[in-house]
Amino acid sequence: MAYSMEKLREEKVFKDPVHRYVHVRDRVIWDLIGTKEFQRLRRIKQLGTTYLTFHGAEHSRFNHSLGVYEIVRRIADDVFIGRPEWNEDDRLLSLCAALLHDLGHGPFSHSFEKVFDLDHEYFTRAIILGETEVNQVLSRVGKDFPIKVAEVIAKTSKNKLVVSLISSQIDADRMDYLQRDAYFTGVSYGHFDMERILRVMQPREDQVVIKQSGMHAVEDYIMSRYQMYWQVYFHPVTRSAEVILTKILHRAKYLHEHGYSFKSQPIHFYSMFNGELTLEDYIKLDEAIILYYFQMWQEEEDPILRDLCCRFMNRNLYKYAEFEPAKEYKKLAELSVLFEKAGIDPDYYLVVDSSSDLPYDFYRPGEEEERLPIQLLMKNKEIRELSRESEIVDAISGKRRTDHKLYYPADLLQDDSTEPLIKKQIRKLLEIE
Amino acid sequence: MKSLLKDHAKIIHAIAASEEIIGRKKLQKIVYIAKKLAFPFQERFQFHFYGPYSEELTLRVEELCNMGFLDEVKEKKGGYYQYRYTLTENGKEFLSLNEVSMPNLQECLTDMNNQNARFLELVSTVLYFDTLPKEEVKEKIFTLKSKQRYTDEEVETAYQYIANLREKAGH
Repeated sequence: MAYSMEKLREEKVFKDPVHRYVHVRDRVIWDLIGTKEFQRLRRIKQLGTTYLTFHGAEHSRFNHSLGVYEIVRRIADDVFIGRPEWNEDDRLLSLCAALLHDLGHGPFSHSFEKVFDLDHEYFTRAIILGETEVNQVLSRVGKDFPIKVAEVIAKTSKNKLVVSLISSQIDADRMDYLQRDAYFTGVSYGHFDMERILRVMQPREDQVVIKQSGMHAVEDYIMSRYQMYWQVYFHPVTRSAEVILTKILHRAKYLHEHGYSFKSQPIHFYSMFNGELTLEDYIKLDEAIILYYFQMWQEEEDPILRDLCCRFMNRNLYKYAEFEPAKEYKKLAELSVLFEKAGIDPDYYLVVDSSSDLPYDFYRPGEEEERLPIQLLMKNKEIRELSRESEIVDAISGKRRTDHKLYYPADLLQDDSTEPLIKKQIRKLLEIE
Repeated sequence: MKSLLKDHAKIIHAIAASEEIIGRKKLQKIVYIAKKLAFPFQERFQFHFYGPYSEELTLRVEELCNMGFLDEVKEKKGGYYQYRYTLTENGKEFLSLNEVSMPNLQECLTDMNNQNARFLELVSTVLYFDTLPKEEVKEKIFTLKSKQRYTDEEVETAYQYIANLREKAGH
């Protein structure tokens, strides 16, 4: 029997708090899960620094990847099966792409990507196509199978229906992470009736459409996305931790470039500092390694690196104030000068964080946008964009909402043992006096 | 101002250098192409149904409109709407206080702004696949963008255009 068709003698099941069970019958999927590159995802948290705000958010990209696979498996095996628009030959491709879609994520990837100009999508492709265990498994299916999987994940595949299952405005990726992140953070916002949504999905040549009768279930999904965006993903305390993490990486890079001699040599960082990161180096990185350095750097000579690492490890985060750039950008310039005078480097201790810095988004129907909106299949067979039919979706997707916060170390500013007058001026400007 | 809001300032600078940009798609493609020419824009792009697209850029532009630094005018054109972006007086003042240095950017932007969105979509797609040999890039374009019906000559023109832009950028 061809490897692609091979089934396990007994179905394997993973207990899962979101989907109850994740079912695996295909040998290929089972073998992929066992590769070291996929197992590495156990050591990378799905929500990065969110655990410092919501202590339950310790779940990993491994959990999420299995969840996305399970949703696509249910769509393929329970919903699309037998439909003329669905090609059964695309089933394994869809399952593999779902399982591997986040394979290239590194530890705290949002911050790392920004500081070291990395791209997890590049590494996902590199792992799938490179000399890896994942590539060995996929290549057994067919010589061109790895590239087909990589193209679906990169959204450059001509098979747009399969792409849309994994990456669209209502895809398996979002349906899993909204529910999973809600479960592990403990919030009550992320829940919606996924079973109902799956039942009303219909395959079309280019994308999945939703039967009109399922519109209210989709409204719930959009609301959950909206709420999770503002309540969890954009939580100001999480952003504070992210700001400090980013500044640690900037400082370590700066020190390396200026010939600083680290007490704890950042061996795992050198290739990133020098812009020569290989796939082999990248796969070795996980959160345990990064946190090891942060732990050790609490004893470094450099006061900024030491202080930032102490803050991150001991959750002594920056405080924040609402910030309106349009009205306050001159105040920001003033603050920056005062921080320098007070001996507090504003490059590390005065930070504006904006909603556009986040890797999450909320639904926009889009006019002239690049992204395909959610399409409803009406009873008369007409296709209509969701917000044109749903008043709820129209109400929350039409409004612009952006947000900026100004982060600063309140404890340093309250310490009047040095430059008390300048610090007083700063506190007054920040309205924390 | 040291390193604060500098990514916002770069987008304002780009729109100021172009005087105005008509169309969200055009704005996306112009920033993507400029980034590929090694101008230091930080927004991350991914391939979407119609080519390279950055959600970060979309949000940043929304933020700039909300801040009152950019003016967005929605205009009806034929059967659809398009958006026209220009700098406001506040935006000009912000930019004057936030120096952005990107030599040669203006010349490249003026050139791109004179092209239509359809051609810029082609150019940005060619650049997205720039690690592939030309024949494979053509195959990608003809399959992924079949609805646009690009011709072989247009793809060749796009390659020539990119070469000229690179010369202008001097990178």
